[in-house]
Amino acid sequence: MENFVRYIILRIFQTLIVIFIGVTIVFFVPRLTPMDPVAGTINRINAYSPMDPKAVEKLVDTLKDLYGLKGNLLEQYIRFWTRLIKGDLGPSLAMFPTPVVDVINKALPWTIGLLVTSTIIAWLLGIILGTVVGYSPNKKWAQVISIIITCIYPVPYYIIALILVFIFAYIFPIFPLMGGTSIGLRPSFSFHFLFSLIEHGFLPAISLIIGTTCFIFMTQRALISSLTSSDFINFAEIAGLPHKKIRSYLIRNSMLPQITDLALSLGSIFGGALMTEFVFSYPGIGQILYSAILQADFNLIMGISIFSIIGVAFAALILDLIYPLLDPRIRYK
Amino acid sequence: MKNLESLVKVENLKAYYFSNVYGNERTIKAVDDVSFEIFNNEILGIAGESGCGKTTLLKVLLGITKSPLSIVGGNVIYKLDQEEKNILSFSNGELRNIRWKVVSYIPQGSMNVLNPIRKIKDTFKDFMETHRPDISKDDFDTLIKDYLRSLGLPLEVLNSYPHQLSGGMRQRVTIALSTLCRPKIILADEPTTALDVVVQRGVLQLLKKIQKEEENTLVVVSHDMGIHAHISDRVAIMYAGKIIEIGPKKEIFTNPLHPYTKYLISSLPKLGDKSFKSSIPGSPPPLSNPPKGCRFHERCPESTPMCEKEEPSLVDMGEGHKIACFFVPKGGKV
Amino acid sequence: MKSIMDLMKHDKQFLIGFLMLIFIIFFSLLSFFSPYDPQDRYVVQRDLPPSAQHILGTNSLGQDVFWFLTFALKNSLIIGILAVVLGRIVAIIIGLLSGYIGGTFDRVITTITDSFIVLPRLPILILLSFILKGNLNFINMALLLAFFDWAWPSKRYRSQILSLKEVEFTNTARFSGRKIYEIIFKEHIPFLIPYIMADAISGFLFAIGMEITLSVLGLTNLDIPTIGTTIFWANYYQSMLKGTWWWISSPIVVLIITVLGFYLLSVSISTFLDPRIRIQSKKTGDK
Repeated sequence: MENFVRYIILRIFQTLIVIFIGVTIVFFVPRLTPMDPVAGTINRINAYSPMDPKAVEKLVDTLKDLYGLKGNLLEQYIRFWTRLIKGDLGPSLAMFPTPVVDVINKALPWTIGLLVTSTIIAWLLGIILGTVVGYSPNKKWAQVISIIITCIYPVPYYIIALILVFIFAYIFPIFPLMGGTSIGLRPSFSFHFLFSLIEHGFLPAISLIIGTTCFIFMTQRALISSLTSSDFINFAEIAGLPHKKIRSYLIRNSMLPQITDLALSLGSIFGGALMTEFVFSYPGIGQILYSAILQADFNLIMGISIFSIIGVAFAALILDLIYPLLDPRIRYK
Repeated sequence: MKNLESLVKVENLKAYYFSNVYGNERTIKAVDDVSFEIFNNEILGIAGESGCGKTTLLKVLLGITKSPLSIVGGNVIYKLDQEEKNILSFSNGELRNIRWKVVSYIPQGSMNVLNPIRKIKDTFKDFMETHRPDISKDDFDTLIKDYLRSLGLPLEVLNSYPHQLSGGMRQRVTIALSTLCRPKIILADEPTTALDVVVQRGVLQLLKKIQKEEENTLVVVSHDMGIHAHISDRVAIMYAGKIIEIGPKKEIFTNPLHPYTKYLISSLPKLGDKSFKSSIPGSPPPLSNPPKGCRFHERCPESTPMCEKEEPSLVDMGEGHKIACFFVPKGGKV
Repeated sequence: MKSIMDLMKHDKQFLIGFLMLIFIIFFSLLSFFSPYDPQDRYVVQRDLPPSAQHILGTNSLGQDVFWFLTFALKNSLIIGILAVVLGRIVAIIIGLLSGYIGGTFDRVITTITDSFIVLPRLPILILLSFILKGNLNFINMALLLAFFDWAWPSKRYRSQILSLKEVEFTNTARFSGRKIYEIIFKEHIPFLIPYIMADAISGFLFAIGMEITLSVLGLTNLDIPTIGTTIFWANYYQSMLKGTWWWISSPIVVLIITVLGFYLLSVSISTFLDPRIRIQSKKTGDK
């Protein structure tokens, strides 16, 4: 048990370091640009109605404080962290004065919903397909599946999404081209709302599922393939254990590396979700991020980046903590 | 000689490996026209250098003919319920019926044959459920514990994972697994390789004990002649895919007839013997391209022109002692 | 080595991948013969469908799509190759050093590497490109991409080195007195090269994919013709809605051929080299 506790502490420590490095990058990068968001905001306000210079000075000061740009770099860094821990990510520049946290919170459920549904489906699909193809690689249907997935796998995720849009929203306009639901619908548990939800979420989810399934299929197929020729599986087959038993041995033994893999690829799966929303104008974090980029909304961009770093790092941590529960070799050393 | 009942008859067995990689075709004649019998209540040893085809022979005895291995000719006839059946023509279902109940397998000592993420007792349960579905859960627990006790294995083993056990203990657990269903024939492939000498002895004692109590048959494959000297009743010597000599242990060790066997025996150190040991000149021929005629003729000190052209078959020299050679049976003359 | 290439014609995957690669290289070399400069706009009639005069039609910026694409492909390939070379060199150095030196140095480097692996790359890349937008020429682009793709490979190289360290022939060399760097260069690196080759292709695919992703978001230097920027401009001018489908579909087709070709090559190369690469640490004898 001692080893297990050590493992947990090590992983938590590592996660904190990852978050620290990531957030520091996010802190420094905008400050390296010549752009001055304070001046930008002042100019924008001035465009509507010119202000009295004294008021401008006061405003500059307030803005500097709000934007976390007061004082020298070290003071800014410390204040940045203090605010962060309190959960204050500052106001959105484009949607001033809405706080960044509110903007993110509104968009988050869409992204999480999309991400979780598609990852679970893709994982199940990938594992099942990978297992059956890995176990009997010489059957005709296994080879067909392998060829199809081999052709899809190397294509960058964005292109897959684009092709889907091209075919299903343009050539055969089955699905709506954009949005989370039909415009103006209020969230409720009515059938109409749910249907609209699924209708709009279908293509984005499918694109994510296709991409992720390919990836998981590849690793699972390789895992099962090498497991099938391992000593203990051979022995079990010689001993006449039924196929079901052997399949369960294979799957359980493949789970361990698969979970680690999942933890490591959460970063790219999340990135995929961002691209999906961009292509399908799905009202999640990705969409918000894109418009933030277009409008040079620093705070929002930083907020989203920090959010995603923390989110992914913690999700990976959780997965890694599940791992020892499944692998007795780490538990009892 | 005990009049023993014949359990398995191997007749002119040919098992080759076919491979075709990037246009390179290769045929490896691992078992090339092998015939012998396995009797009830005996320990048969199969000896020979690495790569002579011993492991392939075991695979075929178990009915494992997965590609790239394929049976090119011959029969493997088991005596099942008073009937003689050629298991090479068995379906997968029929094969599964004889596995573990009629014939079981103890793999090499170096292999990790236990599921690393399963407790030993669960692995036992899996094996039991497959072959003895009639046993209830409670009976199973007592059965296992009794069996382990009778084999001298500590009961803590049951709640452990494979990686927590030493190599020797793992091998003993594997032996327990393989003998659980009291099979008639147990095939042991290099059961003591990779184990240290003290553990080796323990494993051999265990095997001997099981065979004695059950009065079943043990086939031990090993390149280590010392092991055969220790436990085998009869020994078959394999060379380059063929059996070149077979006979009672005492005969083989005190009166080896085939020139190859003579070398094998003479290379064993004996107490008080200070002579130089010579190794056989040359090296074993590749199984993909064996020499014509007698496989051993290129390294044989007694080889004659006839040995280069024709293959000798096994000749009975009396008392169950057979040898495949042109030279020796005729009293040294051809 | 050449004869091995011929032998590989027994592998259909290799053949197809190889043909695709030839096509891609040929296509990008055509850029040297282009009658149009890709930086010029409005030199031909806009939005013309494919015809004899313009094989892939023209786009809304008044450029010939076919000839523009040859430049786009060439540039994308260059960026990809640069990114892979830079990224893999860093990965090799870090992986090898970390594996050989071991100890605390290794543990520190591993922790840093692991941190990089878990970072969600896209948001950070977006952030960085957003900031650097104006200055993203070839080298910077490649550096940026390489910065995020060295971690995972360096981990793999490190584990290869670790197993190589234990293998018999290393100990033999060490005990017979050869110096460390001799061992590294003469024994280990030749061993690793095939492995690195197959692995480099996947890095290349990542770089190309990322370039496209970032360009499509409008975060790279949009004046440089690449596959990604072509798609960006096609989207900007609403190629799908306007009906100028040739503008957006041709880079997609070219990209798929590129990506598929390289991938098939990497798979068949690694299959071919596999039994020799696999380091056998069997301590017992064979059958």
